[in-house]
Amino acid sequence: MRLLKSQIEQKQGSGFATLLPEEPEDMWHAYNLIQPLDLLRARAVRRVSKTSDSGSVASQRITLDLTISVTATDFDVGSGQLHVAGRVAAENEHVKLGSHHTLDLELNRKFTLEKRDGWDSVALQMLREACNAQRHAELWAVIMGEGTANICLITEHQTILRQRVDVPVPRKRRGGLDGHDKGMDKFYATTLATLLRQLDTTTAQPDKTIPLLLASPGFVAQSFHTYIKTEASRTTHKPLLALLPSILVAHSSSPHVHSLSEVLASPTITTKLSDTKYARETALMDKFLALMRQDDGRAWYGPREVERAVEKGAVGRGGGVLLISNALFRAQEVRERKRWVALVDRVREAEGGEVRVLSSLHESGKRLEGLGNVAAILTFPLEDLDEEEGPGGGGAEGEEMVI
Amino acid sequence: MPPKSGHLRAKNVGYDDDDGYSDDDYYEEEQSGDGMTDEDREQLRINTAKVKESLDPSIGATDAEIQESLWHYYFDVGKTVTYLKNKLAPAQPKTEQPKKQKAVSRFDQAAAGVEQSTPGKQSSSAARILESTCTAPSMGSALSTLSVMSFKAPQQTDFFWDTPWGNVPRHRLGQISVEPRFPRGGLLGGSTKLAKLAAARKKKQEEARSMEGDATGTDTAVALLDRLSLKNKERTTTSDTRGQDAERKSFTKKYPRKRSPSPPPAALETEEIPLPEPTQPAISFPNLRANPSMFASTLCGKDEQGAQEQAVGSSTFPIPYAAFHSFEDANPFAGPSPDDIVRKAQARRNKPKAAQSKKTTGEKLIEPMTKLTVDETPRVKSKNLNVVQEFEKSGMKRMANFVVIGHVDHGKSTLMGRLLYDLKVIDQRSIDKLRKEAETIGKSSFALAWVMDQTSEERSRGVTVDIATNYFETEQTRFTILDAPGHKDFIPNMIAGASQADFAVLVIDASTNSFESGLKGQTKEHALLVRSMGVQRLVVAVNKMDTVSWLQDRFDEISQQMSTFLVSASFSAKTITFIPCAGLTGENVTRKVEDPNATWYTGPTLVAALDSSEPAAKRNIEKPLRLTIGDVFRGGITNPISISGRIDAGSLQIGDTILAMPAAETASIKGLEVENEPVDWAVAGQIPTLHLADIDPVHLRLGDIACDPKAPITLVKSFTCKILAFEHVLPMSVDVFRGRLQAEGKVTRLVATLNKTSGEVVKNKPRIVKPAEVARVVVELERELPLEKGTRVVLREGGNTVAAGLLEG
Repeated sequence: MRLLKSQIEQKQGSGFATLLPEEPEDMWHAYNLIQPLDLLRARAVRRVSKTSDSGSVASQRITLDLTISVTATDFDVGSGQLHVAGRVAAENEHVKLGSHHTLDLELNRKFTLEKRDGWDSVALQMLREACNAQRHAELWAVIMGEGTANICLITEHQTILRQRVDVPVPRKRRGGLDGHDKGMDKFYATTLATLLRQLDTTTAQPDKTIPLLLASPGFVAQSFHTYIKTEASRTTHKPLLALLPSILVAHSSSPHVHSLSEVLASPTITTKLSDTKYARETALMDKFLALMRQDDGRAWYGPREVERAVEKGAVGRGGGVLLISNALFRAQEVRERKRWVALVDRVREAEGGEVRVLSSLHESGKRLEGLGNVAAILTFPLEDLDEEEGPGGGGAEGEEMVI
Repeated sequence: MPPKSGHLRAKNVGYDDDDGYSDDDYYEEEQSGDGMTDEDREQLRINTAKVKESLDPSIGATDAEIQESLWHYYFDVGKTVTYLKNKLAPAQPKTEQPKKQKAVSRFDQAAAGVEQSTPGKQSSSAARILESTCTAPSMGSALSTLSVMSFKAPQQTDFFWDTPWGNVPRHRLGQISVEPRFPRGGLLGGSTKLAKLAAARKKKQEEARSMEGDATGTDTAVALLDRLSLKNKERTTTSDTRGQDAERKSFTKKYPRKRSPSPPPAALETEEIPLPEPTQPAISFPNLRANPSMFASTLCGKDEQGAQEQAVGSSTFPIPYAAFHSFEDANPFAGPSPDDIVRKAQARRNKPKAAQSKKTTGEKLIEPMTKLTVDETPRVKSKNLNVVQEFEKSGMKRMANFVVIGHVDHGKSTLMGRLLYDLKVIDQRSIDKLRKEAETIGKSSFALAWVMDQTSEERSRGVTVDIATNYFETEQTRFTILDAPGHKDFIPNMIAGASQADFAVLVIDASTNSFESGLKGQTKEHALLVRSMGVQRLVVAVNKMDTVSWLQDRFDEISQQMSTFLVSASFSAKTITFIPCAGLTGENVTRKVEDPNATWYTGPTLVAALDSSEPAAKRNIEKPLRLTIGDVFRGGITNPISISGRIDAGSLQIGDTILAMPAAETASIKGLEVENEPVDWAVAGQIPTLHLADIDPVHLRLGDIACDPKAPITLVKSFTCKILAFEHVLPMSVDVFRGRLQAEGKVTRLVATLNKTSGEVVKNKPRIVKPAEVARVVVELERELPLEKGTRVVLREGGNTVAAGLLEG
């Protein structure tokens, strides 16, 4: 994402930023940035009908710049499309104030965002992150098992399941061994064909090869790797041959996407991709879970518990880490968002702890989501953070955790 | 096209020629040819007087009648008298008609042939005819045959009317010549009368023909063809041009012949139909006749040609078409008579043609439509067995499925290979073959394991990947071995196997360090898994005892450690049996150990221990069907879709309809196999192979449930279950296992931790469930799955089994 123009006052955070999304991932950033009640100005196509004096209605589609006050956002992960619904906030000759419009944000089409309540620290950080011009690491991963494969694209901020391959493979049987081998061959062929189709659509830049990670329980990934190699040399498929050196093979415990976290934490992968955001996030989550297992009161999860721990100053200098999913900042309620921004600000500024905003689209973010979207590693053990409340309060908390 | 049209032209010419012979010519010829010899006349006169004498005066028989009869009976006075009496007293010509037809329909060449060859059995009339035709050498007798024909012809005009007289094929003549069996039917003589009748009919026909003109001519031809085409299997040309009409007509001429009953093909060879020689001079047309067309000769084969020759030579000929089926089947009186057809055609003429054709096509359409019904019955007929009763009746041997578990490389597959080999389930030859193969890749010790490990990958890596199923039988029980993989990565497959088992065999490597590493690894995990999946009985095979020289101390040590662990894993100490053995050498597997160091052991062998295992718990035969699909494969060309899996509850039989969930598609069972033997039914506890019909394989996936369509299993997206934690349980992503089923899910809520024994709530909403704690949790699944209350599930995460659970709803 390119920041074309910004006029943000540092103190109150009032002002606007004009942004130009350049790649699909930028839509994800935009999705995280745009909040309800924000003012969004972008180019729009709108059908305008005019009633003439004689009463006849003429309808016309015109392109115009519209400013809307956002009411809802809708993000399609698969295609990376963002639709922002809202009500027109600045009247012009074609559109009345308060009429509804849904803006479809498009790549390479600028938009201007103005925060109703000013740009808070989290928003500013997001903006910085979004406009980080540094080349983002990307990774294709195929998590496979016998007969199933999940083809994922892992970017800096997202893990997108692009395609799932399911080929029935007969199990080994007496006298039916052909079926199994044939089935596996067919499975490899289908997976490779699907993978190539996925790769081709995205590798617009020929100079850059995205590493490909194959992971599976057992020997499936290795066999698939061998299959790709033989297939590449047999067909002399140029892009495939170019891909060969960047293939990594790893072990996963299951053929499901959620075992990616385990793959990304494995030493073979971390040595090669150590400095990526998801690798760091994964490592953090693992550390948190390890502390959790020790059960010595140094790791807590859940909104109430973490807030209380922060209040007690446990998430501070010297190892205190606040893990928070960006899903919380997308809250539709402004109050809710403010609550979390305040928490982040407090940890970062007042307590001096570390704050990690995890992407809810990564595996680590998903793991955090299960824990109520927020967790904390404390500097000193605290017991009974959850037991102070009455049963009523606990019920409410339980409901939150389910989200 | 040109050659064909040429052919047609030739045919047309022939047809015209045929028309040239008028029927009248024929009659003239007949009538004029009264060539009796003087001797004959003399005899006739004398005999007439004799007959008159013996005849009752009340019977007013004319001289002509008497002479006719006499002539026919060859001057046999007695017979003539009888005949005339019969004829003139009660019989009416009207009633004669059907009788006569019946006689014709009964006409059987084969019978005639038999009669001819066995004179003793001759029926009087047939004998006489044969006598006359064969013996009468004179011109007169020949003519008598002809005259017979002449009175026969009028009666058959309805049958032959469309046949131009001049072109009557020789063999048809021959056939007719045999027909004077009429006497039996009570019709003889009176040629004058019949001739008159014939003339009258002919006249009528001519009138009709002249009235109808050309149109009717084609109409009748078409009508005839319509009728004939039903039996017209040999014919290939069916186009409807005017030119071919003629050709068809020439066929129809031949058709009536087809209709007379025929001898069986065998009789055809021996049969000889006597044909009076003098026929040939009497009828001169054969000379005029053109050679049969290629089509005709093809149609009739060489018979026609042969018949012609034989008629001249030996006065015998085979009947053409007789060999054809349609000839035998043909019933000339089945359809409407040609007269009826003419009448119908006349009646039809008044109606507009379009309407008529419309009606007929309408009828044609309606008829098949009414016959069309949607066949909803399954292709495979169910025998509608009461499977429960059948099962009880069958007094089946005890069946038991056991899963072989243990840490990787502890020798599970080898032990089972040894067991099968020693029980002679696997023959020496295959073992030798495996040994040889194993030696070539330098893994000779794997030969026995290869009995179970059959895929190339398993062999090259020396690791079992998937469950191997095998069968053996002892005197008391039929066993199904489920050899589970020990490797950590293949625990899903092991779970699939364990879910089908009644009891388990835990294989432990006795050698130093192996046991200890196993206890930390899959020995422990497998034991916990099988326990949590409901297996209560465990046979612990302490394997590789030969490597520790059958040390009793080692065995005791292992037994002790294992019992402590297993009891803590809520196995009951009574249900655990420890057996020392050595899979590679086969000691104490099926035979007692002979090693001198092992004298301390006096217990049973492994097989004996298996055999003494208690019968499986009561099977849920009477409950609705539940079968977990463990494999979907192509069983061969005849069975394109087959599934196999254990029946968890209920029973099934061939012809049953099953419902595959979650696809909610039905299929019918067209075949059933248990232990590779076809059977009619299967009950809970068995692991049958089902050959299915009426379903697409995309609807069948591993882990799906095949159930009774009347009592379908419900699909759930989220469920509450009581779990026993093996690891720390937090709200997290897990893999949910249920038999072959493997699905993504999430523990969304920890509801409470429970007291292990009483099940009471210890703590609401725990933030973590520690190992060995019992808790109630809510699991949400990625997709809807068929799960029922009481189902046992296993939750795994990151390659570790975190918990085993029992579904609560």
